[in-house]
Amino acid sequence: MHPPFSVIFLTTLIGAGQGLFLALSALELGVFGTPPAARFFVVGDVIVLILLGGGLIASFFHLGHPERAWRAVTQWRTSWLSREVIALPVFGALVAAHALAHYLGAPSAAVIGVVAAGASLALYYITAMNYVCIRFLREWATPLTVVNYTLLGGASGFLLATVLAAWGHTEAAGDLAQASVVLTAVAAVARILTVLRNARLRPVSTLQTAIGVRNPRIVQKSPGFSGSSFNTREFFHGRTRAVVRLVKWIFLVCTFPVPLILLTLGAEGGLLPLAVVAFVVQYVGLIAERWFFFAQANHPQNLYYQVAG
Amino acid sequence: MTQLALVIDLNVCVGCHACVTSCKEWNTSGAAGALSDQNPYGADPSGTFFNRVQTFEVGAYPETQTVHFPKSCLHCEDPPCVPVCPTGASYKRAEDGLVLVDYDKCIGCKYCSWACPYGVRELDENEKVMKKCTLCVDRVNDTSLPETQRKPACVLACPTNARLYGDIHDPESIVSRAIRENGGYQLMPEWGTQPANHYLPRRTASDVDRQLSATVEQQRPAEPRPAPLPSTP
Repeated sequence: MHPPFSVIFLTTLIGAGQGLFLALSALELGVFGTPPAARFFVVGDVIVLILLGGGLIASFFHLGHPERAWRAVTQWRTSWLSREVIALPVFGALVAAHALAHYLGAPSAAVIGVVAAGASLALYYITAMNYVCIRFLREWATPLTVVNYTLLGGASGFLLATVLAAWGHTEAAGDLAQASVVLTAVAAVARILTVLRNARLRPVSTLQTAIGVRNPRIVQKSPGFSGSSFNTREFFHGRTRAVVRLVKWIFLVCTFPVPLILLTLGAEGGLLPLAVVAFVVQYVGLIAERWFFFAQANHPQNLYYQVAG
Repeated sequence: MTQLALVIDLNVCVGCHACVTSCKEWNTSGAAGALSDQNPYGADPSGTFFNRVQTFEVGAYPETQTVHFPKSCLHCEDPPCVPVCPTGASYKRAEDGLVLVDYDKCIGCKYCSWACPYGVRELDENEKVMKKCTLCVDRVNDTSLPETQRKPACVLACPTNARLYGDIHDPESIVSRAIRENGGYQLMPEWGTQPANHYLPRRTASDVDRQLSATVEQQRPAEPRPAPLPSTP
């Protein structure tokens, strides 16, 4: 598949935002000791909203007709994309309500926080199901996609929460850094398992089933046109194998070992600058990860477009 | 329930692209707006088409065959592109089984094209909406046309009659008979999409010989029985 940067930014930005909110919710529930002051939650919620807003803006660049985007809320009965279009603003509204409740000092903040944390987890599931449900894109059609979207977003968000705590709630910063280490390590296991699984996939569809000719030797002579088409642009990444391999190694290195090393160093002191660098490096890694996620998915329609001209 | 479809006979398709050009001509001229082209006279021409004819070489020399393979929307009975559409722009019509796109509702998210294993949906780069074969929905139901003309443009254009059109749910239709009698098959049956369009497989020379001799055998008048020998007393 051709990796669309609109979707890459959408999923990585909201993934980080959702993870940050889950960390805020854990702080609020006292998982990391005495909860921080209301001001900390307001700042955190605003950052979550900025990330969600950034993702939402990025997603509009994916659409041919963004002015009609409101129509996408109508098919929630069948379409995971429609469910995502509903779940994202619902989660955003809950985060905004959470921020407002903390700002006003309302006791309902904790309840709203729990509900919003549930919405955050649901949104991970819904986002991933957009890919899982396309059953013939077998690199995507696995429960590992849900696990990866949740763990990678969670790791990114908890790392951002570590930055935030190192700045405004140092009591919990060490614990949050440890939680980030655990999430990053577990995400690494799941994502590497996925890379290994996908490398072993055998194609179900072949040129034989695509055109219905049983002969084992079929060579395409013409795709039916001399230039390019939507089919040759949308479903191929258009890069060499070397570039795809390079991106894979960028994501494998930047997303997992580098943040783990930086956070381990941060335990000795100077956590704030190290956590900032770790978050930025991991975010770059996540962009590469999402690019690779698309590039490695081999669409069966590509069987019909094996030669140009 | 009607399910309109094409049956494409790979034995007689000569790869002339008349179906491609007639499709483009009819569908770019209608009320739904043009099928846009980008850079049509330049080095890398591109454009929106509902129908393509691809060419494959099958077998190893000297036993090779050239197969011309027309490909357009297969109007699946269980179309995976429809339920994923977030706006309801993509739909399958109950009355005739056509899979259609409401261009005024399409937001151009391309998700339906990802969900189609056959690659038969194309985003119109000028209008930014998803387009696909309608089986000439604006011809086949047009009662102002003479009945013989109420067929998709590609079917009318085909010089070798490789494209048959009809209702595959009517067992006596020309398409149902062709599927039944000539081993009509579906593309990528492994995904359970149940394409309505079928293809008739290539017959080899020996297949044709066998069929011909069977026909000759049937038509030959029964030989007169040899008269019983007169019994000698």
